Amino acid sequence: MSKTILTIDDSSSVRQMVSLTLASAGYSVIEAVDGSDGYDKATSASVDAILTDLNMPGMNGLDFVRKYRTHPSSRGIPIVFLTTESDESFKQQAKAAGATGWIVKPFRQDQLLAVVKKVAGA
Amino acid sequence: MTEASDTFRVEAAELLDTLQAGLMELEKTPGDLGLVDSVFRALHTIKGSGAMFGYTAAAAFVHEFETVFDGVRKGRTPASPALIRIALGACDHIHALVQSPDAGDTGGEPILDALREAVGSSTREPKMAAERASAAAPVPGWRVRFRLPSDALILGTSPILLLEELSAFGPCDIRAIIGGVPELGALDPEASYLGWDVTLHADVPRESVEDVFMFLAMAGDDLLIEPLDAAEPGTVGLHAEDGEANNLSVGHAAPANVQDAATGAGRSDGGNGANPARSFRVDKAGTSLRVPAERLDSLMDRVGELVIAQARLSQLASVSTDQNLKSVAEDMERLSASLRDTTMGIRMVPIGSLFGRFRRLVHDLSHDLGKEIDFVTSGEETELDKTMIEQLADPLVHLIRNAADHGLERPDARLARGKSTTGTLRLSAVYAGAEVAISIADDGAGLDAGRIRAKAVEAGLISADQALAESELFQLIFHPGFSTAKEVTALSGRGVGMDVVKKTIESLRGSIDIASRPGQGTTATLRLPLTLAIIDGLLVRVGDGCYTIPLAAVEECVELPPETAVSPKGRSFLNVRGALVPYLRLREIFRTDAPADLHPKVVIVSSGDTRVGLVVDQIIGNNQTVIKQLSRLHAGLKTFSGATILGDGSVALILDVLNLVGSSQDGEDRSVGKSFGRAA
Amino acid sequence: MNTRENSHATMRALTMRLDDETFAIDAESVREILEVVPVTRVPNASDAVFGLINVRGSVVPLADFRVLFGMDRREATEDTRIVVVEVRLDDERLVAGLLADKVHEVVDLDADAQEAAPRVGMRWPAEFVQGIARRNDAFVIIPNVEKIFATLAAA
Repeated sequence: MSKTILTIDDSSSVRQMVSLTLASAGYSVIEAVDGSDGYDKATSASVDAILTDLNMPGMNGLDFVRKYRTHPSSRGIPIVFLTTESDESFKQQAKAAGATGWIVKPFRQDQLLAVVKKVAGA
Repeated sequence: MTEASDTFRVEAAELLDTLQAGLMELEKTPGDLGLVDSVFRALHTIKGSGAMFGYTAAAAFVHEFETVFDGVRKGRTPASPALIRIALGACDHIHALVQSPDAGDTGGEPILDALREAVGSSTREPKMAAERASAAAPVPGWRVRFRLPSDALILGTSPILLLEELSAFGPCDIRAIIGGVPELGALDPEASYLGWDVTLHADVPRESVEDVFMFLAMAGDDLLIEPLDAAEPGTVGLHAEDGEANNLSVGHAAPANVQDAATGAGRSDGGNGANPARSFRVDKAGTSLRVPAERLDSLMDRVGELVIAQARLSQLASVSTDQNLKSVAEDMERLSASLRDTTMGIRMVPIGSLFGRFRRLVHDLSHDLGKEIDFVTSGEETELDKTMIEQLADPLVHLIRNAADHGLERPDARLARGKSTTGTLRLSAVYAGAEVAISIADDGAGLDAGRIRAKAVEAGLISADQALAESELFQLIFHPGFSTAKEVTALSGRGVGMDVVKKTIESLRGSIDIASRPGQGTTATLRLPLTLAIIDGLLVRVGDGCYTIPLAAVEECVELPPETAVSPKGRSFLNVRGALVPYLRLREIFRTDAPADLHPKVVIVSSGDTRVGLVVDQIIGNNQTVIKQLSRLHAGLKTFSGATILGDGSVALILDVLNLVGSSQDGEDRSVGKSFGRAA
Repeated sequence: MNTRENSHATMRALTMRLDDETFAIDAESVREILEVVPVTRVPNASDAVFGLINVRGSVVPLADFRVLFGMDRREATEDTRIVVVEVRLDDERLVAGLLADKVHEVVDLDADAQEAAPRVGMRWPAEFVQGIARRNDAFVIIPNVEKIFATLAAA
């Protein structure tokens, strides 16, 4: 069975790109448009990994991760930030919130696939 | 990928709007760092997405823009009006780069230079250092020792995947370090206690190995990567060894400490400061969806046909004795009304979507004209049909330009008149019955009625002694070729004259009215019908024809009293609870021969502040009507705004209330059509 | 003044009778032929486009060319038909119905047998007539439908 990846980003072009890239590599993709949409989808569907933007209107990525990590279904699910932030303080915050890793934007499709494979397997 | 690319372009346009609005707000409140953050967020997104979709020129420009603007963000440089203006120019440039991604960036440097100058920095920040490839000397391999934080498994890190990644480089000896595993009673199955000692026999650069652990790279203690000497013994197989040190050789802090430190750092910081004090982009609650316009039109057509069919069903049910049929017909009526309302709502767009563009316009005008202009808007949430909004943009732009250019006086002239140096331009939109009223008001010099009159006489539009009400005089401004501006300024000579403005508005079946007070200002008011394709109507009979009146315009219905007042000018009036309301006998206007009803009714309708009574033979009832456009063969008959198909299949004309009200005001019958005579 | 030459070798046309005359409409432009349906009169419209009809949910204007050609407007009989045509008006399509006292058949009109309308001495407005054909010893009037509608629309 293919792995399911949830992608959370308020930019529909990023979501589209992520979906197409992952789908072509055999993953199933669920899309969410912001933190709370992502939370709803993450806790109601069975996902194998989550990719989330950091800066989103409403609930941002860090808040999403914090909230999601309080939910039992989040155990063992890797969460990766897709973000333009790359400084140390962000990384620490991300980790502290409960994220597994991050990809710095802009990224190429092969980079995205490598990270998803790294955290979720093929 | 072009579809995603198109989506990016649309998004970029929206982001640029947000960016522009933010910059203009920032000009008013330069100290608001929250706004600066919002500006930066928008820039980040454009840059990131732009790079992903190949808009490299735009991404590169934005990157430089960000770098220069960073001074503002850090609070080192105030956001001066000059800086904001250049920044707005940069926005235009970004827009151009996004629209033509393949054309190289030729205009970017001057803008960036101007920005840098304004910010005061003369040195550019160093470009991101190129990555240095490590020496290419072949290495026999690496020894990797790592331990995951105890909550790593819960947070989704999988040691198995990490080990698989390492194995993908080449043959690995993997040993587990089990010293940290507690006894069974204290064991938390979800915690990570193991460390790993991996000997990788592969010629790969250090970066590749580090990459595997990119997400663990923070706490240096828990990850050790050492190059293998040729002398390092390799053992095959995976085995655990008792007594192996449960701490990695270098490093003193237990994993728990590192984790605490990280957690502590995370928890004490309530956020990374990216949440602005306020967000100026008002998003409606909930998510939104992009739909191609053709699909929407298609949906509208289907709903329209459904409404007609449902009306037919209702009619059949009303004459039937089948209770089941009646009940279903009732359900259908309710459902179709609900569907109709929802679908109609989809086409409606708040007019505020235009206001943003206007704000920028006034901002630029204010600068170009050297006049201080306060732009006040109200009614942003007023919704209009999408197609109507698109067509209104140009006329409104022209009217705003006019008000700024000719209406408002220069600051010194204003001061001399005892006014404040800042002129006010007020744009408002409000519903009025079955119409939307959009007005543009300025507190400037007002129109010079005398000069307009003189110009009109000179142009031969009126005779010297013709008496005209002021509102009629001002309407002459819309006549093609009429211009009282002594010089055609660079702004006003743009090819969109007032005559085109009027024509556009009339093509939307609206009207424009100008009112003015000398020395105080001018107000232009546009009235537009809400062109909902499906409307609620009141069905009436005049003679042997049925007609529909838009229900939103109907105020009330009364009987026609036997005696009515007649004014000196020969107009007829009704007394409705003390107010005099003029009325029109539709039988006369429509030239019906059919015998009249004994008790005619009057439907009182309104447009704006004006009311008129329409005398009909019979009021039949309410109905939902789907508006069908009249063909060009009948489009010239202003009395009718369209036609509709009734439940029995017959065609009924829809009365244009605006026009009827207008004709009653003139006291003449405007709905006389020309009969087509025989050619000689 | 119509001076258009007919460039087709033959023109496939639908012939119909208005009052005492036979008219021919380019078959290309004919969409369908209907029996008489209820007509809604449009107040203050020109007599030539006096009404509106419902054609399967579309509101279609109904024209009566008899008015233009100075003919009697007789009451409808059981032979009366409505010929629905589609023509170009500037850049747009216009669908309209034409009243016919009787519809005959589709024929091929020979180009050689067609003459331009004579300038003088004609009963009808010259610009409304595209040409006149002879068929079986009778005259067939070919109206310039587009021009007629263009003129009516401009009124």
